[in-house]
Amino acid sequence: MATKIQEALRERVLVLDGAMGTMIQRHSLEEEDFRGERFKDHEHPLKGNNDLLSITRPDIIREVHSLYYDAGADIAETNTFSGTTIAQADYHLEDAVYDINYQSAKIAREVADEFTAREPHKPRFVAGSMGPTNRTASLSPDVNDPGFRAVTFDDLVRAYKQQAEALLDGGADILLVETVFDTLNAKAAVFAIQEVYDEREQEWPVMVSGTITDASGRTLSGQTTEAFLVSLSHIPLLSIGLNCALGAEQLRPYLQTLAQKAPFHVSAHPNAGLPNEFGEYDQSPEEMAELIDGFLSDNFLNIVGGCCGTTPDHIRMIAEVASKHQPRPIENLIEA
Amino acid sequence: MSRVTLRLSGLEPLIVTPETNFVNVGERTNVTGSLRFARLIKEEKYDEALEVARNQVEGGAQILDVNMDEGMLDGKEAMVKFLNLIAAEPDIARIPIMIDSSKWEIIEAGLKCIQGKGVVNSISLKEGEEKFIEQAQKVKRYGAAVIVMAFDEDGQADSYERRIEICEKSYRVLVDKVNFPKEDIIFDPNIFPVATGIEEHNDNATDFFRATRWIRENLPGAHVSGGVSNVSFSFRGNNPVREAMHSAFLYHAIKEGMDMGIVNPTMLEVYDDIPKDLLERVEDVLLNRRSDATERLLEFAETVKGDGKKQVKDDSWRKEPVAKRLEHALVKGIVEFIEIDTEEARQQHEKPLHVIEGPLMDGMNVVGDLFGSGKMFLPQVVKSARVMKKAVAYLLPYLEEEKRKNRPSSILPKREDGKPAYQTADPMLYRRLKEFVRELKKKETLAESVLWERLRNKQLDGYKFRRQHIIGQYIADFVCLTRALVVEVDGGIHQLPDVAENDEVRTAWLEEQGFSVIRFTNDEVLADIDWVESEIKTALQKVSPLGGDLEGARKVLLATVKGDVHDIGKNIVGVVLACNNYDIVDMGVMVPADKILDKAIEENVDAIGLSGLITPSLDEMVTVAKEMERRDMKLPLMIGGATTSRIHTAVKIDPVYSGSVVHVLDASKSVPVAGELISKETYEEFHGRTKEQYAKLREDHANRKQVKNYIPFADAQKNKVKVDWDTKEFAKPRQLGNQVFKDYSIQEIRHYIDWTPFFNTWMLKGKYPAIFDNQVVGEEARKLFEDAQRVLDEIIEKDSLYANAVIGLYPANAVGDDVEIYTGESRQEVLKTFHMLRQQGKKGAGLPNLSLADFVAPKETGKHDYMGAFAVTAGIGIESLIEKYEKDHDDYNSIMIKAVADRLAEAFAELMHEKVRKELWAYAANESFDNDTLIKEAYQGIRPAPGYPACPDHTEKETLFSLLEAEKNTGISLTESFAMYPASSVSGFYFMHEEAKYFGLGKIEKDQVEDYASRKGFSLEKAEKWLAPNLSYDI
Repeated sequence: MATKIQEALRERVLVLDGAMGTMIQRHSLEEEDFRGERFKDHEHPLKGNNDLLSITRPDIIREVHSLYYDAGADIAETNTFSGTTIAQADYHLEDAVYDINYQSAKIAREVADEFTAREPHKPRFVAGSMGPTNRTASLSPDVNDPGFRAVTFDDLVRAYKQQAEALLDGGADILLVETVFDTLNAKAAVFAIQEVYDEREQEWPVMVSGTITDASGRTLSGQTTEAFLVSLSHIPLLSIGLNCALGAEQLRPYLQTLAQKAPFHVSAHPNAGLPNEFGEYDQSPEEMAELIDGFLSDNFLNIVGGCCGTTPDHIRMIAEVASKHQPRPIENLIEA
Repeated sequence: MSRVTLRLSGLEPLIVTPETNFVNVGERTNVTGSLRFARLIKEEKYDEALEVARNQVEGGAQILDVNMDEGMLDGKEAMVKFLNLIAAEPDIARIPIMIDSSKWEIIEAGLKCIQGKGVVNSISLKEGEEKFIEQAQKVKRYGAAVIVMAFDEDGQADSYERRIEICEKSYRVLVDKVNFPKEDIIFDPNIFPVATGIEEHNDNATDFFRATRWIRENLPGAHVSGGVSNVSFSFRGNNPVREAMHSAFLYHAIKEGMDMGIVNPTMLEVYDDIPKDLLERVEDVLLNRRSDATERLLEFAETVKGDGKKQVKDDSWRKEPVAKRLEHALVKGIVEFIEIDTEEARQQHEKPLHVIEGPLMDGMNVVGDLFGSGKMFLPQVVKSARVMKKAVAYLLPYLEEEKRKNRPSSILPKREDGKPAYQTADPMLYRRLKEFVRELKKKETLAESVLWERLRNKQLDGYKFRRQHIIGQYIADFVCLTRALVVEVDGGIHQLPDVAENDEVRTAWLEEQGFSVIRFTNDEVLADIDWVESEIKTALQKVSPLGGDLEGARKVLLATVKGDVHDIGKNIVGVVLACNNYDIVDMGVMVPADKILDKAIEENVDAIGLSGLITPSLDEMVTVAKEMERRDMKLPLMIGGATTSRIHTAVKIDPVYSGSVVHVLDASKSVPVAGELISKETYEEFHGRTKEQYAKLREDHANRKQVKNYIPFADAQKNKVKVDWDTKEFAKPRQLGNQVFKDYSIQEIRHYIDWTPFFNTWMLKGKYPAIFDNQVVGEEARKLFEDAQRVLDEIIEKDSLYANAVIGLYPANAVGDDVEIYTGESRQEVLKTFHMLRQQGKKGAGLPNLSLADFVAPKETGKHDYMGAFAVTAGIGIESLIEKYEKDHDDYNSIMIKAVADRLAEAFAELMHEKVRKELWAYAANESFDNDTLIKEAYQGIRPAPGYPACPDHTEKETLFSLLEAEKNTGISLTESFAMYPASSVSGFYFMHEEAKYFGLGKIEKDQVEDYASRKGFSLEKAEKWLAPNLSYDI
């Protein structure tokens, strides 16, 4: 599979899908939708646990993947952003973590295979999404005790390892460590992934995507884009990039840095602009596509998609734009 | 961007390109390399430990080495804790971390804490290939670069061949078996010392250079690092040479491809600035260019030692005769050859004492003359004294040996307790002598019993006398064994009747044994016992414990009195006197009267000098003088120190002591004063003259006093500073209560130093920096300044002094002449009360009678005002520094370190005051002054100190310290006289309003003292004692 995706990356700019949460919101789901049959007696509220829908409402997740592939996405992200024991602890669903990841990967795999079968010239890929968890390994949540840590490297390695195993078991082609706000968390994820690869004596491509949280141009844990790049360059990544938190416009200087310095493919999946006063993302597909057109003209990217607020319409426009550009050439590319 | 560059990161990237030249690794956060850091970690003072890290980053470290390998520590826990804390400090976490440990578990724990790409220091083949691979794989997985030591199972590589063999093997394993990124491999091919005198070490540097080149040429991508200071290990203590060696080593190593290393930037000379002759010798050694390279560098090193970087060597004086060489060394303050030259002189002289009395004293006389004529300056003289002390210290064992040789051996056995044999009797005759003594005692003459009445019970200056004491085969009428003085009263039969020897033979024998003999006739004793007594006293002063007339070595005891800690001035006096042929007994600081006087007797000194800085010491000096009178001592007393004055000495001290009391203005005056006081020829005249002068001074003083006008205290209170409190702005401090600043950056403090007083300390008059252009003292001032900078650099480099501060900002209001400090903004509960004093002199129209209380809004205004307090010190850790120098007879550096610490303390006070004005209290947040303006105190608000002119009562410090918990928070303690220890400390109050001005209290009247005493809960007597210097009346 690695070969196939690398081949594709040499030929064209690949398109990642758009937001999962935005699509789920359209269904106005209630508590019982989240619970389904399996968790109807769970003692804690489950509404909002989107990852769980891969088990309780697989139809919706399947539909979202279909819509994005149909819009022209090459890669779909599994519905597993919070699929770690650490993140699921909020819902007291640590025990469901394997199933969430396995089922999510399986659904995406099935949809991808349908599309690939239909359009063999445009193979579809599944990226197992590994979110940042809700804890930071290099920051203390307690301002009065800066040396304290709510999560350790070892905790994270354990959690990510389980997630990675389930995602691969379910059929993911790629593992995508994304929305990295604390590089140490991501290092733990990458560490866990390598352990899994060692055990399986096989390797799958790894994508890493960080998050610049504000105009300071730094991650939440304080790193500059280049420091972030350096800190995660110790394994041959399929791609490194940025997603979320900012719109495409605001990401430009940081993507430029990556484009200049990364020995890997570069990805971006920005939000649909910055949230408006109601907290909604209202950048139109056209506006966003135009910005991305600019990135591609400047040879910034190899993979592009959308994060919060993006829809199949956005992805359709982006895919159109992407098809008109050559992928970013890479000197000294480190092949995964 | 190519991946064959080493890329590291903290919060920011560090890209090591070929253009980077050299990456400097900060090494102070290493418990094995910094005692201080180790102590901070052991005591869990992580805040201070973080400051060390911060200083490293600010000082230009590009990577921060962290090492917690200490037996007493849980290294893993400390590593994790410290790295987690660093992660919360963006200005430190900026740079990559080097996790330094010999224990893999600590390395791994550290790797789990850093989000950036760090460096592991280190792994090696020491424990075999398997372990090496396992660890390398882990390092790679955690995403770090690695330092590989040139070390394998057979040990550390110590030759070129072994270095390249191990490095190549390590490289192949890493690249071929671990698939470790080539560019992330950093070799440490072991920097070992050169010029050790061991021949095998001669190639240590060249082997390193060659290995470095080989690695860079043959192991693509790999880097080379090392701990540079190792190379100069043999020259510890000689910074100019070490700095040159480091610089030259780096120059060559970098040329060969070394691109990273642990170097202390303050221990690095600029390569081009290394004097050519030194550079040539250093490079001879580093490059092993000639067989005598080590000897030549060692020899040369002696000449540049401690003399700064730019010393031009002129060794023509080495060709002079030894006496001239000694003189040259003394005048120039060169210690390098002093032992060799002293030894040479010793061999040329019959006795070691002659070396001191001859060439060394001659040399010191030249120094004294030059100093007296203003051609040498105090700092130089102090250096001369250091040379002299070294020479004497060298001769000391020979002097002891000489004394031993001179001890009587004859028939007298050595006693078991080691006391000289002559103290006991001839054993063969003892029984007979003893019986005879009994007879003699029964037949005691009238003269003998009259004299005994004066000598018994240590009446005479505390000396113990024995009567009818058997010495050898003779019986002495009276003997003081500690001074070896025999007193004989004529007419007695002093030997067994059958031993018919005359007095001369007996005296000769006694003198041969080291005794002095003094004789009186019966008539003399009976007619004028006082005269006899004073003759005995004189004789006691003159004899040494081993006998012999030591007229030459006049001895002066110096002490800082009880309760006082300041001793720079006293040390300087000691040095100056020592240079003028005085033997100095320096008792240090905080010495009680009894101890001073006991010691004076024990050491048989010729004069006592008392020193004091703070006002309560004036009283203590009076106490010492009274005690001397009570003990009926006759020794001259010299008074000196910042608060002492001629008038105080005349009015308070001189009247209580019938012996000579002289106030000595400064060190340069100590020589003539001591000379006149001690010399028998001049003493009487001088004694009479000073007594007369002081009596006149007292008289004038009493008369003048009556002219001065005072107003009643109640009137003075009415004439306070007029402030329109209603229109005032009251800045509320950002944080109320105490704030502690531990281990503040000396580097930052040094920028606030006011150098002018520093030169005053060294008796160089002039303002900084204009003083450098002064035709007379400019050059010396510059040298002194450079030395001070060197000391500062060293303090910073070695973390040898710590500066702590506590600042307290509190709600406060004035109540009468007191200022109440409240526990909180509600102002319900009084936490402390400061008692202020008010000027009471009659003022001109419109001029107020000032009190510090006027600078705080009175309670009745209802205004919420504030007052601050502070205590800062820059002297924590100074004892061990001083001890080191004193052990080395190095008065120069000992005084220097104290003078520098004093300046730092003042600078720190200035710095904190600025911080208070701009940040903590922030009443002048926008103020922006340069250091000169700060020194001129042009800013708004004042920081007067208790014990000083505006509030001269030192006891207020007790309240101040308790408010600030100053002892706990800063390590400063108060003596019984309320002096601060360490001496390099400053404390005081902060007043913010623009009306607040410094002023002197002047004299106050009894009505105010009574009021003050009742406010403070003191008896009138106690208040008068503490306010003595400010009383307008006599008590």
